[in-house]
Amino acid sequence: MNLKIVVLAKQVPDTRNVGKDAMTAEGTVNRAALPAIFNPEDLNALEQALRLKEQNPGSTVGILTMGPPRAAEIIRQGLYRGADTGWLLTDRLFAGADTLATSYALATAIKKIGGVDIVIGGRQAIDGDTAQVGPQVAEKLGLSQVTYAEEILKCEDGKLTIRRHIDGGVETVEAPMPIVITVNGSAAPCRPCNAKLVMKYKHATAPMERTPGMPYAELYEERPYLTLNQWSVADVDGDPQQCGLSGSPTKVKAVQNIVFQAKECKRLSAADANIEGMVKELLSEKIIG
Amino acid sequence: MANYYTDQPELKFHLHHPLMKRIVELKERDFADKDKYEDAPVDFDDAMENYEKMLEITGDVAANIIEPNSESVDEEGPHLENGRMIYASKTYENLDATRKAGLWGVSMPRRYGGLNLPVTPYSMASEMVASADAGFQNIWSLQDCIETLYEFGSEEQRQKYIPRVCAGETMSMDLTEPDAGSDLQRVMLKATYSEKDGCWLLNGVKRFITNGDSDIHLVLARSEEGTRDGRGLSMFIYDKRQGGVNVRHIEHKLGIHGSPTCELTYKNAKAELCGSTRMGLIKYVMALMNGARLGIAAQSVGVSQAAYSEGLAYAKERRQFDTAIIDFPAVYDMLSRMKAKLDAGRSILYQTARYVDLYKALDDIARERKLTPEERQEQKKYARLADAFTPIAKGMNSEYANQNAYDAIQIHGGSGFIMEYKSQRLYRDARIFSIYEGTTQLQVVAAIRYITNGTYLGIMKEMIESEVSEDMRPLQIRVGKLIEMYEQAVNYVKEAGSQEVHDFLARRLYDMTGDILMALLIIDDASRAPELFLKSAHVYVRHAEEEVIGKTAYVKNFIEEDLVYFKTGMPTAEQCRCCKE
Repeated sequence: MNLKIVVLAKQVPDTRNVGKDAMTAEGTVNRAALPAIFNPEDLNALEQALRLKEQNPGSTVGILTMGPPRAAEIIRQGLYRGADTGWLLTDRLFAGADTLATSYALATAIKKIGGVDIVIGGRQAIDGDTAQVGPQVAEKLGLSQVTYAEEILKCEDGKLTIRRHIDGGVETVEAPMPIVITVNGSAAPCRPCNAKLVMKYKHATAPMERTPGMPYAELYEERPYLTLNQWSVADVDGDPQQCGLSGSPTKVKAVQNIVFQAKECKRLSAADANIEGMVKELLSEKIIG
Repeated sequence: MANYYTDQPELKFHLHHPLMKRIVELKERDFADKDKYEDAPVDFDDAMENYEKMLEITGDVAANIIEPNSESVDEEGPHLENGRMIYASKTYENLDATRKAGLWGVSMPRRYGGLNLPVTPYSMASEMVASADAGFQNIWSLQDCIETLYEFGSEEQRQKYIPRVCAGETMSMDLTEPDAGSDLQRVMLKATYSEKDGCWLLNGVKRFITNGDSDIHLVLARSEEGTRDGRGLSMFIYDKRQGGVNVRHIEHKLGIHGSPTCELTYKNAKAELCGSTRMGLIKYVMALMNGARLGIAAQSVGVSQAAYSEGLAYAKERRQFDTAIIDFPAVYDMLSRMKAKLDAGRSILYQTARYVDLYKALDDIARERKLTPEERQEQKKYARLADAFTPIAKGMNSEYANQNAYDAIQIHGGSGFIMEYKSQRLYRDARIFSIYEGTTQLQVVAAIRYITNGTYLGIMKEMIESEVSEDMRPLQIRVGKLIEMYEQAVNYVKEAGSQEVHDFLARRLYDMTGDILMALLIIDDASRAPELFLKSAHVYVRHAEEEVIGKTAYVKNFIEEDLVYFKTGMPTAEQCRCCKE
């Protein structure tokens, strides 16, 4: 079966290696201090997509990402690993989007791409940790969704069998295509970049990344694969009101830098009553539960 | 994320050597592939960028997949199942990752599916893979057997086998037999041409075959009945898909556990002749071995690097007497020597690789057209340099890897002796480097004629004239003095007039040759990149002085009569020169 697969991927600051200068004095992320990387769980999603492609010859994998022009790097990273194409949603009107506006933009682009069988992305991005975008895209497109996916086990008769990672175990579900899947970090890691593909695509750029006098610009004409698809709000027939800041009901009121300082210590005996009391206290304080 | 390429700026320095300009020009034939292949470079900078990218990928796979698997591979090792070798389970993960990363058929032309990379960046990749897991490097780097098939096989054989290796099929070179180790002329595996099958049939036994259950084997066998020497041996290609070769036994070894060492039985195994009969040992195996020796040099440098990194990390972290142990002179003395040997050894490795690149690229062009007289001269010059440098690069680096692994354990103290620490594995793995693909003693044999005929001396005298930085000038002057001593020592041995004295002292002369050549190279490196090599240049030149001065004394105080002290058993009063006097 020829599948048309779109991988949702995001360029994120590498919050896993946070140093002292990771936050600005105003409490926002100091992007200059954190390298921009491919969101880790999106890489897990890409691996699942590439495996589906291998198992279903004739299938294609495209990377869909939204961000500033430099986010085109995410598409290149996808191409280096075996994706066939990519689309960069970049436009000032997309900027400042919360999860609602992001999912609107992505859903609109997916409609524009058309004929997509599988939309697959990471469970969540390491900068926002909301895990909302995937499910919202599914809702907006009116598609079924499987979250916390760990492995796509089978693709047959227009249906996918998927193993999900759930609390305390795994669950295997079957769902019809077209479908939106979000992949958990416990899924197989993504394959490395392929030397030949890197050599082929290393000069690929989105038009907005280009500056006058850039080396190898003369190749763009004879090698069309070196020009990455770049879409604005208008290109995807989007409603500017629903994009970016104006489409985002989430407003950040304040950001505080919290440092845990309390060092309390309680000694309990092994009596049931004591333990029960402790559990209740932890629950009421919302420390657990 | 860790990356063995970007974390070691020394590699990038060696990649961007002035000679690369010529290497790329020859290897890419004026970028003729650029309109045919999407991955082909369009100019020099583009080619260099391609090499860098390939090395970044290898550095990533080595650091983040192969190295984390290495401990488990070492513990599990391969095993035998119904005549087939099964790798340690994580070895399959490593193979899968290197295949997906496109790291197979690295040096092969694009028309067969290869990356068309020169030997120099390929050796760098090899070094990094070895740094992650020396045993896996064997399996991976045996891909360069395909060079020999490419050079001597027919076009039909090239088209049949090279794309398979580019897709990740593994190789082995089946040379050694129970009675033919260092002395390959004694190979007895029998090859007979079968009119009925229309092919050659192989019968016999091979032993100590690295990755012996590979997909494609190059086999040295006796095709000429009744012969007993090297001239009766030919090279064959055995394709595992044909069947007929089984694994009888897998050796239990001290180190490189992930690399299966197999005993093979051939029962009417169908094989194809590669090249002409009778040329197996004298031409093809020699080509194969030269490539393999460079591979072991790279493997050695990789393990030297790993040992240094382990030693350094531990010395920084470990505190005794309220002090980080790296601050004790006895410890930083060890570490600085490790680093100096690593840097100097790496320098001669890549210098050798560049020489190999230059003559091989010209060799390859000669298959397409006649070389101009200038090109022929260039080809001859670099072939000779490569031939002279290879035994030094292999022998010295394999010894350095052992020394660095030893010192890494020493820095760890008691912990180094505990299996949970990585140093012990490096120590076990390194031990084979100075043995296989020609022991250090055989590297001395390969190098000695260049010592006595003045080839190395000529190179040294040329190198000592080269422009160096102001900082390096005093070191260069000191090395100049070592060259004088070396010349005297060589002349002394030549004039000694005894073949046995000559053979006996050869190892000292060989070591001195290596010390001086590497001292000259590291001075040159430090002139161009003091931020990387200044310290190592100082440490290494001092080391070279210690070695060369000591060895000169050893050589010059030696006379033929002294041999008796070294032979088994006590000298009799009659034999002993001081007693006689």
